[in-house]
Amino acid sequence: MSIWEYANPKKFIATTTPLVPWLLGVSIALLVGGLIWGFFFTPDDFRQGSTVKIFYLHVPSALMAINVWFMMLITSLVWLVRRHHVSALAARAAAPIGIIMTVMALITGAIWGQPMWGTWWAWDPRLTSFLILFLFYLGYMALWEAIEDPDTAADLTSVLCIVGSVFAVLSRYAVNFWNQGLHQPASLSLDKEENVADVFWYPALVCIAGFVLLFVALVLMRTATEIRVRRIKALEARMRS
Amino acid sequence: MIPDLGKYAVEVLTAYGVSIALLVLIVGLSVQRSRKVRAQLADVEARRDAAR
Amino acid sequence: MIALLRRDLALAVRAGGGFGLGLAFFLIVVVLVPFGVGPEAALLTLIAPGILWVAALLAALLSLDRIFALDFEDGSLPLLATSPLPLEGVALIKGIAHWITTGLPLTLAAPALGFLLNLAPSAYVWLFASLALGTPALSMIGTFGAALTVGLRRGGLLMSLLVLPLYVPTLIFGAEAVRRGADGLGAATPLLMLAGITLGSFALLPFAASAALRVNLK
Repeated sequence: MSIWEYANPKKFIATTTPLVPWLLGVSIALLVGGLIWGFFFTPDDFRQGSTVKIFYLHVPSALMAINVWFMMLITSLVWLVRRHHVSALAARAAAPIGIIMTVMALITGAIWGQPMWGTWWAWDPRLTSFLILFLFYLGYMALWEAIEDPDTAADLTSVLCIVGSVFAVLSRYAVNFWNQGLHQPASLSLDKEENVADVFWYPALVCIAGFVLLFVALVLMRTATEIRVRRIKALEARMRS
Repeated sequence: MIPDLGKYAVEVLTAYGVSIALLVLIVGLSVQRSRKVRAQLADVEARRDAAR
Repeated sequence: MIALLRRDLALAVRAGGGFGLGLAFFLIVVVLVPFGVGPEAALLTLIAPGILWVAALLAALLSLDRIFALDFEDGSLPLLATSPLPLEGVALIKGIAHWITTGLPLTLAAPALGFLLNLAPSAYVWLFASLALGTPALSMIGTFGAALTVGLRRGGLLMSLLVLPLYVPTLIFGAEAVRRGADGLGAATPLLMLAGITLGSFALLPFAASAALRVNLK
């Protein structure tokens, strides 16, 4: 029994379809729970006031925005090496979720930045690299849309994803060099000292878990959709001939 | 009901509103597309079976 | 490989589009900016490095879709792919040819356009050096973008969307080098980074570009 068995589209659909409603349910429960916990039952920060509540949305979405791209990189590599169609389709299915997460991180950040820094937007390294990440997602999705032949599209987007990852990392260091920012350093390092206080931390953990599960549920669902779309095309092509 | 949000109430509520709207949007779009494609596939498969 | 380079250069010179159009575009962008931001000399001095770099980048972008499109249309690209020359080598040569026809003239013309924007006198050397080091990376990254979109109708717009984010690091280090040079600070670090990006792209991107070409020619 190896993980590659799930690369069979039929098996993938059969295994994941019953899972999706459960995952979706649990993730929504976690999100609702975490957000209610964060929104109603945590104190205000003594300097930031109630804006600290944006934390529960901003941090998980920012985390997901990066990790979705990372997941796309891995599935793209799997497609290029092992030629499993499910893998390529999973990358395609993940991209729109990633772009939504990026937009969410940018918008919540802007709303948070307005009262705290006195500006909606600053050309700060972290903000700028998220904007660049947004552009990468856009290009990636546009390339998928533009190419008709599915295998060609999968190949080219995979290559783009790999090259894009290298340049995304480069850009991250380049903007660091270019401007010192307003943004605080990572609040989620494993080093306990640097973390935010526990009161804010536990609800945030629940929210992060909710976001991750929501992403997993959506990716499984959307991948199954992509598989079906491809099957429809194949059947129609066969009937026409 | 809503806790005292102080002077930042507007910001916090917009952030929550926008984020939840975005989440609902992506979930809704995925579910809707999934349903549509499923129906289409069932339709195509039925036509194929009829043709055979 | 040399023969291919000669052929590409000869074609570019004879068609005339390569040199002329890119340079003219560069000139027009640089001329338009003062109309947009106003004629204050101090302001122009401040923003000149960035404008020159952005204009050079756009001018390089303009001619990218010609890299493979012409060869693809007349069928010589599949011939090149089946020739004994490795496709990686073809991609590399295409990148170099693009640089000689656009990047090099841009680099040579940039100091002259610096006068128009009232560039600080100490920055001319750095402008020239950063463009000389950075534009090859622009050409090579662009070759990769062109290889990705070669088979597409209306690929030009899509290619801009794909290539421009990849240009970010080059642009940042290039413009930063000129800015630091203008302020009399040490510009060695950004220049070294720029050279690193250029060498890295020349070492790795031909492989990515040829992979994309193979897929598109399949």
